[in-house]
Amino acid sequence: MALIDTPNIPDPDGFYADLIAAHEGLEQAASHALNARLVLILANHIGDRTVLAEALELSKSA
Amino acid sequence: MVDVRYQTAFRLYPYERVAAQDRVQRHQVVIVGGGPIGMAMALDLGLKGIEAVVLDDHDGVGVGSRAICFAKRTLEIADRLGCADPMVEKGVVWNLGKVYREDRQIYDFNLQPEAGHKRPAFINLQQPYFEKFVVERIREARDDGAPIEIRGKNKVDNIASHDDHVVLEVDTPDGPYKLEADYVIACDGVRSPIREMLGLGFEGRVFQDNFLIADVIMDADEFPVERRFWFDPPFNPGQSVLLHKQPDNVWRIDFQLGWDIDREKELKEENVRARVDGMLGPDVEYQLEWTSIYTFQCCSMDEYRHGRVFFAGDSAHQVSPFGARGCNGGMQDVDNLGWKLAAVLNGEAGDRLLDTYHSERKHGADENILNSSRATDFLTPKSEVSRMFRDAVLDLAEKAPFARAHVNSGRLSVPCTYDGSALNGADDDTLPKSLRPGSPAVDAEVDGGWLIDRLGGRFQVLAINCLAPTVEGAEVIELDSHTAPDLAERYLGEAAQAIYLLRPDQHVAARWIYTKPAAITAALTTAMGG
Repeated sequence: MALIDTPNIPDPDGFYADLIAAHEGLEQAASHALNARLVLILANHIGDRTVLAEALELSKSA
Repeated sequence: MVDVRYQTAFRLYPYERVAAQDRVQRHQVVIVGGGPIGMAMALDLGLKGIEAVVLDDHDGVGVGSRAICFAKRTLEIADRLGCADPMVEKGVVWNLGKVYREDRQIYDFNLQPEAGHKRPAFINLQQPYFEKFVVERIREARDDGAPIEIRGKNKVDNIASHDDHVVLEVDTPDGPYKLEADYVIACDGVRSPIREMLGLGFEGRVFQDNFLIADVIMDADEFPVERRFWFDPPFNPGQSVLLHKQPDNVWRIDFQLGWDIDREKELKEENVRARVDGMLGPDVEYQLEWTSIYTFQCCSMDEYRHGRVFFAGDSAHQVSPFGARGCNGGMQDVDNLGWKLAAVLNGEAGDRLLDTYHSERKHGADENILNSSRATDFLTPKSEVSRMFRDAVLDLAEKAPFARAHVNSGRLSVPCTYDGSALNGADDDTLPKSLRPGSPAVDAEVDGGWLIDRLGGRFQVLAINCLAPTVEGAEVIELDSHTAPDLAERYLGEAAQAIYLLRPDQHVAARWIYTKPAAITAALTTAMGG
């Protein structure tokens, strides 16, 4: 598997808190839109279709 | 009775009574439909010495604006047929594109043409001009002996396909007559009467959207030569708009209207003008040249060959207009079928070669339908989540260059590679992937001229930086890449030399770094259908 599915962020609690904070005070539609932008930005950063395909699979099966 | 279905822009082939109306004659190829595909098909066959008769139920080129964007590959095919010069001369080339959202520009892009190609990536040209230039070239070819005949006001009423020939019943202003053909090519458009007569299906996907086309004439200094695309502009809220420049100071404006509309109301001149005024501003003078509303679908027949009857262009496959893949795709059908039919009619290849017309062009049509459906899904998102991602792309496009790659208002037509075709032979995959077997040859500047001008019309062995082995049935071209950097980059990559076997339609059949005559002969046999 090319996708890293083991812990890879040095400060997982810190990132999780940032993610939730980014949504603070947003209406649901605005929150969805932010998530969509985030997915696109991260996907571009990964840039590897194999990794992206595996990430899509994992998210669908979870 | 030959009905008039549309007004003609150029009356090019008025009805004339011919001797064939009095006694049944057999022709090698009869082409039904004198649009761009039918005419180009006749020209290609005629130039190869194959007798081609075009039957068209009108006597000229239809008025109005249909195809407007002709891609480089189409121009290269037109070059092979000898009619690209007037097209490029008349056509408009644009490089600058601007994308707007609501009331502001979010980015622009410059499609600077890549150096080392004879033809630009595309030109904008009204379809009637394209057809006219093809017909004028047919006249010229006919004067030089090409066996092409165009019969205007000849409407096919019935078709009967037999094992060794096809019989057509044709109506004319002087009444009906019968004629026979070895092969028939139906280039009779999206609603193909031939397809209907044979009871063949045309399946696909209908898109729930309407587009209003307005072709307006303005003084040349009103707007620069650039393409503008708007998402959700104030003058067409919630929808998209496209502005494109054509020759003769004509601008094509495409207003997306959505699904639930009142067609009659939208087409009223004052309503069209209200939209155009909103877009151009109140002070711009213009004339409305043409308006129409269209919906579209992406459909294909299951088989493009039915015995001795072939389907080419829109009769075989239909795409949405985004990406200009209709007429451009049809021209590749012509390119593919012409040499195969000529080889079979001349006894050089067996019938099996004709089956590969379907397999190769279905592959191309599937690719075109895929691309054009993707553009349509971006412009008209089919679900809430699809719209959310579309809007997220537009949100990001202003700041982040990567998101602009997702903005899809149509991907420009590029020719397809016939990957997996039964006609493909040996490959050396250390050579550049973009020229693997099945790919169309790529142009390069060579000896002060263009490579593409030297290719096509027969099988050719192209030897770069080496001597070409001599084989029967192929012409030899030997080139030195040391003074031709484009050729080295595109055809050799890291290799010091290469040998390419090219088909009459300029597609690569097989390639090697080193090879022997027997291997080339084997590839040639494969490329002729085995």
